[in-house]
Amino acid sequence: MAVATSHYLILSAILFSIGVAGVLTRRNAIVIFMCIELMLNAVNLAFVAFARHLGQADGQVFVFFVMAVAAAEVAVGLAIIIAVFRNRETVDVAEVNLLKW
Amino acid sequence: MFEIDWNILLPSLVVAGLVLVVLCVDIIRPDNKGGVSGYLSLLGVGVAIWVSLSLWGRSPTHGLGGMLFLDNYALFFNLIILAGTGLTIFVSTGFLEREEGGRSEYYLLILAATLGMMLMAAGADLIVIFLGIELMSIALYILVGFFRRRTDSNEGSMKYLLLGAFATGFLLYGIALVYGSTGTTNLREIELAVAQGRVYTHPMLLGGVALLIVGFAFKVSAVPFHMWAPDVYQGAPTAITGFMSAGPKAAAFAAFFRVMVASLGDLSGDWSGAIWMLAALTMTVGNLGALSQRNIKRMLAYSSVAHAGYVLVALVAANERGIAGGVFYLLAYAFMNIGAFAVIVALGRKGDENLEISGYAGVGFRHPGIGLAMTLFMVSLAGLPPTAGFFGKFQIFSAAVEAGYIWLTVIGVLNSLVSVYFYLGVVVSMYMRQPVGQAHAVSMTPFARVALLTASLGTLYIGLAPTSLLQMARQTVSALL
Repeated sequence: MAVATSHYLILSAILFSIGVAGVLTRRNAIVIFMCIELMLNAVNLAFVAFARHLGQADGQVFVFFVMAVAAAEVAVGLAIIIAVFRNRETVDVAEVNLLKW
Repeated sequence: MFEIDWNILLPSLVVAGLVLVVLCVDIIRPDNKGGVSGYLSLLGVGVAIWVSLSLWGRSPTHGLGGMLFLDNYALFFNLIILAGTGLTIFVSTGFLEREEGGRSEYYLLILAATLGMMLMAAGADLIVIFLGIELMSIALYILVGFFRRRTDSNEGSMKYLLLGAFATGFLLYGIALVYGSTGTTNLREIELAVAQGRVYTHPMLLGGVALLIVGFAFKVSAVPFHMWAPDVYQGAPTAITGFMSAGPKAAAFAAFFRVMVASLGDLSGDWSGAIWMLAALTMTVGNLGALSQRNIKRMLAYSSVAHAGYVLVALVAANERGIAGGVFYLLAYAFMNIGAFAVIVALGRKGDENLEISGYAGVGFRHPGIGLAMTLFMVSLAGLPPTAGFFGKFQIFSAAVEAGYIWLTVIGVLNSLVSVYFYLGVVVSMYMRQPVGQAHAVSMTPFARVALLTASLGTLYIGLAPTSLLQMARQTVSALL
């Protein structure tokens, strides 16, 4: 039985929402970062589903770009989080709050 | 086999080549503190400006499989971006030496960010715009945290990274929904699909547009997506703060305007209300936030939020005069804001950056030249004649009136009045307060002097003789309308 495109899109929307909720509620920088990755992968799923539905390769090509960029972002992001940890010995975003109003 | 029109790539190729050259210099001379790279970068930026100027006025084309545009709009933004980069490099040389943070990666990253911005301005496909945004953003995340032993620098970097990547998620989801409903990511084909009604489902397209607006609003720091701006601007090395407020903001607006007006212009009835709200909120919250700041970098961060609001007014108007005014304003803003940051760099010392506005007491008498330049930038940011800021704001507000947005104009003008208070507060502190403590000698390198002089002359020139530049700005509009 073929799975309809709408199922993929609903799954993608659910994953994206979980990612957004995680970013907004979690306090650990690494977990926030993982939630952002979840959002990006939800987008990838949507792209692939659309590409299959439209019978084109464009969406799949876009996914490669998203994956490459996400990898670059992770490399830089983890380096920055490590730099913060070395200075402050915490990556809790509620405690990292020198800069305020 | 398709023919490649190399002219389309030329400005980006120059900068891309420069990135590789600077990278090689770093490999050949690993012990260098960035001096050579700085000079090379300046030279290359000069060449790129010359190339962009020599391509000016050709009939607009697009190529490389419909991925890039070559039109006056992209070239004008190239000039804004490259001017911002050039001025930043001039300011940076002495700054890095003083803070002992000089490494040649610094210039490499600035140039990579510049390349990303140029791709954003020239992108004819959402893929290219996305890649440009990410190339710029990833380089900026590192630059903000460049002084890695300083806690405020790292912390700004982490906040920028987390919120920037979060915004990228929204932008991408928006792109995915637009792709799903129109079947393409190419800006011209999206325009055609919308015009001919070949849209798969209309609500999904509108959802995509809404998410695109959220993504771009983050990048231009529009309220309510501006939370990162004050922290990042305050934490970043001062020269980088100046850089971020000029080029990246202009490039984000370049892509934002192109996507909204050129591709989604037919839907303007659906999005202009949302942008109206964004513009009004951004101007008001930015200016009110700046009122209570004592740290000058933080004050200028809120000011930069407010200025994004003025440019959004131009997007709401979306007529010929509005777009020309918005583009022109971004050029003026690049000069006056980098100038202000050049002054902040000049007045700081190693280990004591002297960022409290009260610390500027008496600067006007101790360092008359710097005081005069700072006064000019503050007057221009406040939008008073005869400076660049006044003329730009005048263009934007008259366009909004022309398009019938009277209330938005009223809100904008009231905001301008509020902003006079905190900008002139700096001037009052410089000229009318008794200096506390000893006078410190200000040692500016020749490069920093050049930057300050160029920014001052630019601000004055754009304000006093705007005709030719405004003419150029008008020639960019045909790319969008």
